Amino acid sequence: MKILNGKWSAITVPLLSVMLGLFVGGIIMLVSGYNPFVAYAALFNGIFSNTYVLGETIRQMTPLILSGIAVAFAFRTGLFNIGVEGQLLVGWLASVYVGLQFEGLSPFVHIPLAILAAGVAGAIWAFVPGLLKAKYHVHEVITTIMMNYVALHVVNAIIRTYLLAPGERTEEIHQSASLQSAFLESVTDFSRLHYGIIVAIIGAIIMWFLLWKTSTGYELRAVGFNKYASEYAGINVRRNIILSMVVSGAFAGAAGAMEGLGTYGYMTIMPAFTGVGFDGIAVSLLGANSALGVVLAAALFGGLKIGALNMQSVAQVPTQLVEIVIAMIIFFVASSYLIHWISNRVNKRGKI
Amino acid sequence: MRKKYGFMMSAVLAAGTLLSACGSNDTSGENAGGGSGEGDKNNFKVAMVTDTGGVDDKSFNQSAWEGLQEFGGENGLEEDKGYKYVQSTAASDYQPNLSGLVRDNYDLIFGIGFLMQQDIQAIAQQKPEAQLALVDSVAVNESGEPLENVASITFKEHQGSFLVGVIAGMQTKTNKVGFIGGVDSELIKKFESGFKAGVKSVNPDAEIFEQYAGDFNAAEKGQAIAGTLYDKGADIIYHAAGGTGNGVFTEAKNRAKNGEEVWVIGVDRDQHEEGMPENVTLTSMVKRVDTAVMEVSKQTMEDNFPGGKVTEFGLEEDGVGIAETQENVSEEALKKVEEYKEKIQNGELEVPKTDEEYEAFESSL
Repeated sequence: MKILNGKWSAITVPLLSVMLGLFVGGIIMLVSGYNPFVAYAALFNGIFSNTYVLGETIRQMTPLILSGIAVAFAFRTGLFNIGVEGQLLVGWLASVYVGLQFEGLSPFVHIPLAILAAGVAGAIWAFVPGLLKAKYHVHEVITTIMMNYVALHVVNAIIRTYLLAPGERTEEIHQSASLQSAFLESVTDFSRLHYGIIVAIIGAIIMWFLLWKTSTGYELRAVGFNKYASEYAGINVRRNIILSMVVSGAFAGAAGAMEGLGTYGYMTIMPAFTGVGFDGIAVSLLGANSALGVVLAAALFGGLKIGALNMQSVAQVPTQLVEIVIAMIIFFVASSYLIHWISNRVNKRGKI
Repeated sequence: MRKKYGFMMSAVLAAGTLLSACGSNDTSGENAGGGSGEGDKNNFKVAMVTDTGGVDDKSFNQSAWEGLQEFGGENGLEEDKGYKYVQSTAASDYQPNLSGLVRDNYDLIFGIGFLMQQDIQAIAQQKPEAQLALVDSVAVNESGEPLENVASITFKEHQGSFLVGVIAGMQTKTNKVGFIGGVDSELIKKFESGFKAGVKSVNPDAEIFEQYAGDFNAAEKGQAIAGTLYDKGADIIYHAAGGTGNGVFTEAKNRAKNGEEVWVIGVDRDQHEEGMPENVTLTSMVKRVDTAVMEVSKQTMEDNFPGGKVTEFGLEEDGVGIAETQENVSEEALKKVEEYKEKIQNGELEVPKTDEEYEAFESSL
């Protein structure tokens, strides 16, 4: 168990979980009458075989990075932000709104402005659960989940009432706010790869910097470890809870901007949640709530999701199977934490 | 010791996975090579991309896939090689799915539903050599001109809706009928206008209630609205609301159980089944997506790809009409339907498609 418990555990646990997840996925394929070798080969080809799928993989991982760090950031303060999905939707709408309303700006002003608007919208959406938690001790899991539904319907209503264009969506944003790039399209055979990946990487760096290189980050993490001890040490716990939710919401909103300014350039009326926000929970868990880990986990999940399309097309394995693989990976990560925790307890007791 | 053993087990399993993954690359390489080398009698390859509903959605996608299967069967194509479908799990999948099929050199690729319009238009411009087809909308470029490599398929839903409107107008006992739409849009307006015109043509005094759910996938809303309309006295409701319409059936069946005489008119496919066992489906307005898919595939295989054109399927092409199950429709109503069908086909009667056209139509009665 040393490998799973030592200082390398942050790497070995996720790696082993991924392998076990793929393995169990293979067994399920076998049981359901598919050839796992053919399927995984198709999956692999669907991620790496040409520049188009590579571009699409990076495109898919871009919002996942941001939603992942949104979840991870709140988690470091001991908060479960299940509301990333809703914060993402309001961020998406805000970015598209700014992209539509302002004309004639330079891209260097317009794009940051639109992303900022998305971040602020997400932050406001996360502020409500943060405030309720800090002031009235309402559990954030419940409020954030409820805020997701509020976001979904409010966003749809706003689009339908004020921004509707033919085809159940908004108009296309102005070119000056777009993250899309003819150059990136041309090198990846017209994939929808856009400059948002740079924004996402910057987001991950900001998260790392905030948490590990500033005194505010130290306070946030201290609250996450033990809020009573933090309070005793003179840290304002309420303020830090709200701050953590707000920053987390801002990252989630930025994830929405990636869809609004990059992938689509507009927003459609949503029949259901996008799932990107919920996938962020999985990404953050697999990435052990660290900035680098989240980027790697987002790359994995983005790849699996894009590869699944080819797996379906070539090997006729339903894309849902990849969802099962992802679920198994999370299951193994979670259970390894459990094993970790139990073995720690046993060791401690043994010593006493 | 036991823990160590457990870890070793998992390590062995993991290694097994890795190795098997390595081995798999070769097998697939062979497979791919073998597949393309065989060379079927007929090299035509056609595929469709569904939206998130999938091919078992009891509606649009299913109908399209049935059409494609029939086409494949007739022409000796092999499933998954000659013809196949790819399902999208999210709206963001439309483009990679379509693009993947283009790169696999499919001769014809269908995008099912107007939700895919944007993605089809993008790919059509990026890959001028691809042959695409869009169902339920018209693909255009930035300046609004039709794209040369996209066959747009639309239906004259107003004509079929007119016929079910005739039936509703003839068979209502309360002289009140209802219409429930999914999302207020150009497409659904065609259903509404045609239906209302049909009702008014045979029953000028009938009162028509119309309401939109704002959603194609909210059965609970459909049920609530149906409840309201039935309470207002309507005894027949025509729904053009996809999944939302399932709630209309639920409400009608509940009322039928309590002895009320209420009816639903189904849409897209013959929805007789949905009304069982209380048997509340009066008739359905069928939209033959399968016929359209077959027809366009056939034309393309014969090198007559209708690119840049809008192929409209109406009564004449058997693209729309009333369902085969007619046990609840009166003889008299069926006769009237035939009468009007003829009038529409020979151009004597122009069925309205929009609110404005309907108003003009109504005042001309």
